[in-house]
Amino acid sequence: MNRKVYLTAYNTIVIKEVGRFIRIWIQTILPPAISMTLYFVIFGNLIGPRIGQMSGFTYVEYIAPGLIMMSIINNSYANVVSSFFGAKFQRHIEEMLVAPIPNFVILGGYITGGIVRGVIVGIVVTIVALFFTKLHITHYMIVISIVIMTSILFSLGGLINGIFAKKFDDISIVPTFILTPLIYLGGVFYSIDLLPEFWQAVSKFNPILYMVNAFRYGLLGVSDINIVTAFTIITIFIIILFYFSLYLLNTGKGIKT
Amino acid sequence: MKALEIHNLKKTYANGVQALKGIDLEVSEGDFFALLGPNGAGKSTTIGIITSLVKKSGGKVFVYGYDLDTHSVDAKSLIGIVPQELNFSQFESCMEIVVNQGGFYGISRKLARERAEKYLRQLGLWEKRYDPSRTLSGGLKRRLMIARALIHEPKLLILDEPTAGVDVELRRSMWKFLRDLNNQGITIVLTTHYLEEAENLCKNIAIIDLGNIIENTSMKYLLGKLNTETFIFDLKIPLEKKLSLPDFILNVPDAMTIEVEIRRDQNLNELFDVFSREGIYINSMRNKHNRLEELFIRLLDKNNS
Repeated sequence: MNRKVYLTAYNTIVIKEVGRFIRIWIQTILPPAISMTLYFVIFGNLIGPRIGQMSGFTYVEYIAPGLIMMSIINNSYANVVSSFFGAKFQRHIEEMLVAPIPNFVILGGYITGGIVRGVIVGIVVTIVALFFTKLHITHYMIVISIVIMTSILFSLGGLINGIFAKKFDDISIVPTFILTPLIYLGGVFYSIDLLPEFWQAVSKFNPILYMVNAFRYGLLGVSDINIVTAFTIITIFIIILFYFSLYLLNTGKGIKT
Repeated sequence: MKALEIHNLKKTYANGVQALKGIDLEVSEGDFFALLGPNGAGKSTTIGIITSLVKKSGGKVFVYGYDLDTHSVDAKSLIGIVPQELNFSQFESCMEIVVNQGGFYGISRKLARERAEKYLRQLGLWEKRYDPSRTLSGGLKRRLMIARALIHEPKLLILDEPTAGVDVELRRSMWKFLRDLNNQGITIVLTTHYLEEAENLCKNIAIIDLGNIIENTSMKYLLGKLNTETFIFDLKIPLEKKLSLPDFILNVPDAMTIEVEIRRDQNLNELFDVFSREGIYINSMRNKHNRLEELFIRLLDKNNS
């Protein structure tokens, strides 16, 4: 009985979440397509030919997986943080809190919303990339699993940010001051083999490096890091953030007085 | 069967404010119950705890026998809440808001749409079902929250100031709607600042002040405790001389108005006799305060003194 109720509640949250970002597609789906077009034009077509090959691929081919992954990370994070904080701010999070839904169902619904937006934006950006370079998938399962896992991880990150946020400024601090630098330094535009040994070691503390490289491995078959290590690290991060998010929801942090 | 049982409920907020100091309350099945109190008395905190929006510091809450701590799913399924503040997405349509709420309670979308039609029609929102909720008037927004609260057909409906800011006509139509719901067997707990509303609708009453229940009884019994009532008489002809009524407490705000406080052991006939003797002709008369309002003020004064 409860399972059916929970499943209906989960489906409702997903419908609500997906409906929300589809309704405002000009703010959610279109901007990454435009910004990625600019990245491909500037870094791929204009600067890329002067850089030459990287790990045996043209520069535009090399950065394409990183740029797709960057869009997935940003959008899965942004979807959950803005939706959850919006629900808190307008108080309609209470619609779920008064209902007989366990917190893991609420968590699952928001994460799924983040995954769906991450995947849709990822597909749109991939289509954009195909106008500038050829892409082929070397390892299908790795591509699919890394996209889903990355979306889950950053949806959780967005949710935690949304829980702690008290004003709208708070939901842009993490993307601006933490996420963007980590993405840019996470091997989107270069191979860490180009860095001095010390900075290579420092880069390995950046979790986004593992996601970008695992995705690049799935598409191009090359990676700066061991693929098993990448999956292990992402899995550990997901488990930690999942239980932390659940703990925050269970204790009512930021949503109950 | 008790629809709601509250035992020794306590709440102290993080800033140290003790909003509830251990209240006990029982609401019987089928009751129309008023929870009254001044601003900051603890009404909304109590409702917040019952609806799981506020964490309690101590005590127990049972909804139709289900402990909110150990059987929260069963307890929550039985409660419908109409909060004081608007708490729906301003960007969603009325239909989406009501149907989604059904989904949160495990109701299929098909059934939720059928019920949404029923309640949106009953509450005069059907024509606006696809309008974004932000475009509704204040009164319709309140009705939308009632429709949303009913979508899972709760047995206990809690309304936190449902008619605040609503015009008189709409308020009367909401009273009728709530009375009909109560007649169908839904237990209703109502908080309101309109004491006339509580007097008209509710069978039983609790008054909360400074985190304590200071009165908990039937409306009839409480109104029976009113020892004096103040009546206002509008005169046909202005008073020309100073009026003296030795047995009555009198106030003459202007030459066309007399206010008289009448004790329970006195009667209006005596007063009218005096008026006739004095050549005072009465055009109309009315209560100065709503009866419950008069009692409410006295109880609060007593509690604060």
